[in-house]
Amino acid sequence: MSKNQHGIGGLTFDSKKKARAPEWNVFFALLLIVVIFEGLGQALMGQSLLFDTGDRFGTIFNEARLKIIILQVAIIGIIALGSTQVIILGGIDLSPGSVVGVTAMVAMSFAQVGEINGMANPKLMFEGIYNLPVILPVLVGLCVGILAGAVNGALIAYTKIPPFIATLGMMVTARGAAKWWSKGQPISFPTDGYAALGKGMMPVVIFILLAILFHLILKYTVYGKHTYAIGSNEQASRMSGIKVERHKMLVYTIAGALAALAAVVLSSKNLTAQAGMGVMYELDAIAMVVIGGVSLTGGRGSILGTVLGALIFGVIISGFTFLKLDAYYQEMVKGVIIVGAVVLDQFRQQRAASRM
Amino acid sequence: MTDFTNANVVLETRDLTKHYGGVHALEGANFVIHQGEHVAIMGDNGAGKSTFVRQITAVEQRTRGDVLLHGKPTHFSSPIAAREAGIETVFQNLALADHLDVPSNLFLGREKVKFKFGPFSILDNKAMREATMAGLEKTGVKIPNILNSIENMSGGQRQCVAIARTAAFASKLTIMDEPTAALGVQETAQVENIIRTLKGQGEPLILISHNMRQVFDLMDRIVVFRRGRICANLKVSETDPQDVVAYITGAKTGAEFPEAA
Ligand SMILES: Nc1ncnc2c1ncn2[C@@H]1O[C@H](COP(=O)(O)OP(=O)(O)OP(=O)(O)O)[C@@H](O)[C@H]1O
Ligand SMILES: [Mg+2]
Repeated sequence: MSKNQHGIGGLTFDSKKKARAPEWNVFFALLLIVVIFEGLGQALMGQSLLFDTGDRFGTIFNEARLKIIILQVAIIGIIALGSTQVIILGGIDLSPGSVVGVTAMVAMSFAQVGEINGMANPKLMFEGIYNLPVILPVLVGLCVGILAGAVNGALIAYTKIPPFIATLGMMVTARGAAKWWSKGQPISFPTDGYAALGKGMMPVVIFILLAILFHLILKYTVYGKHTYAIGSNEQASRMSGIKVERHKMLVYTIAGALAALAAVVLSSKNLTAQAGMGVMYELDAIAMVVIGGVSLTGGRGSILGTVLGALIFGVIISGFTFLKLDAYYQEMVKGVIIVGAVVLDQFRQQRAASRM
Repeated sequence: MTDFTNANVVLETRDLTKHYGGVHALEGANFVIHQGEHVAIMGDNGAGKSTFVRQITAVEQRTRGDVLLHGKPTHFSSPIAAREAGIETVFQNLALADHLDVPSNLFLGREKVKFKFGPFSILDNKAMREATMAGLEKTGVKIPNILNSIENMSGGQRQCVAIARTAAFASKLTIMDEPTAALGVQETAQVENIIRTLKGQGEPLILISHNMRQVFDLMDRIVVFRRGRICANLKVSETDPQDVVAYITGAKTGAEFPEAA
């Protein structure tokens, strides 16, 4: 930016020695974890995790496994994009898993086909509502997510309930609504158009597009700047004239909308919606965010970090399956990772504070 | 010394009052500042000085009373409304966002944009960076790299950023709440230079300070607060530090402020 090697006021400043972006640390962690699993794979199974050792297809990577890794984090990754923004804002959102449940139910009931194998669909949720264009169930789903997010935001911004409590309430309520919607019955048989949204690698494509979109928004718009500012110092933001309440509403609403998109993709991929869909997704999403270097105290982190965090998460889960370890271990290790990431963040904060 | 006549009153408060529940933090403050005038507000800790500033700048909504800017009653709904009307403030508890860099802090809440689209307006980072450089060069503040986040800077540098923020924007009235309380000798001198610059430009300023030397060096008039009330209004040229201390401690009270005793 400046031509000389000096900062403002003549203090020396070597622009070549700029601090490394924190995302690099997450990236190196990802590499390290891959290396560990490669090592364990070679030692325990005599196989490689990511590389194509069999040389069956003449490729370098084991494409099938890579695809599985990315695919299994894509849908929760979409939720994590919203959680990233909420956590940078200094909040927390425990509701997206349940919002996924209720949104999937509602959206799917507007996405059903009229006929199955030439017979009228006997499982229609609503008489006469079938074969709608795909945009309608998507919009209806978005509305449900936006409504849930806006209620979260309004509770947090205007009644000053702690985000933890407000979104915990939404978590329970939305799950209840998901069960109530069809009296606990699953809703199935979507139109081809709806089913296409989650087919094959579509979840990954949607995840990546949304990640790019929100990366740009957080980095280059006033919305992004204010999200970081409020997370960093809410009082200062208010004194500087940022409309803090309105902004919080907006961030939680966007998080709700992203949970709704995740629900659409998930129900499309599974070709069915069930009231129990998305249970505990919020915790996996928070784990991805925290692993990705977003500070739980707000003001710090990025979408890029979260995407890398999601990949780490995926590699660990796949790695465990690959090593044929029990699912119980997976759960336990997930917990350890979340706490470990938060502890790391605490260390970082203390180091920053001790420099002041 | 310039004579400040009623013709060019910049800001006036009438019966300005703020109660926090039972705490009468500010009670019936009548205050005037004229074009080009630099007024000090002094008083003990908890005397109501910051509270007074918070009512003028609409950080809080007043319990009672009027604030007139250029003779017109104002009802700012938020600090940004006050700022848009031309009142720039350095708050006592630095209103800075630690994780953001210098330009982001300077332009917090009034970012320059390239493309307007509601909350999703695109930031003009280059313009903000350049304006920041220019503003800081003008004030002589030393900062190694403006693109570092504020949390890595010394207390003095952070304070200077907060002050540069007010100096960088043209304003009708500048308010500084204890701007040099945490600063070293050099930084204090810098801030005092900024204040002299504003004086030279004929910009009015309200300075809250506990530093007697500073007030007598830089200001035209001293208003003393005691227990939420104004208890003295003194021209610097007609008073001395002992006198001011007497008012601050309550040993003396101005004849026109009997209720403050
Ligand atoms: N939000 C609040 N709620 C209740 N009481 C408050 C609040 N803000 C300030 N007060 C009280 O109002 C009184 C005036 O406080 P204020 O901050 O205006 O003092 P000050 O003159 O700026 O003091 P200092 O020199 O220490 O900055 C104090 O007794 C304080 O405790
Ligand atoms: Mg004060």
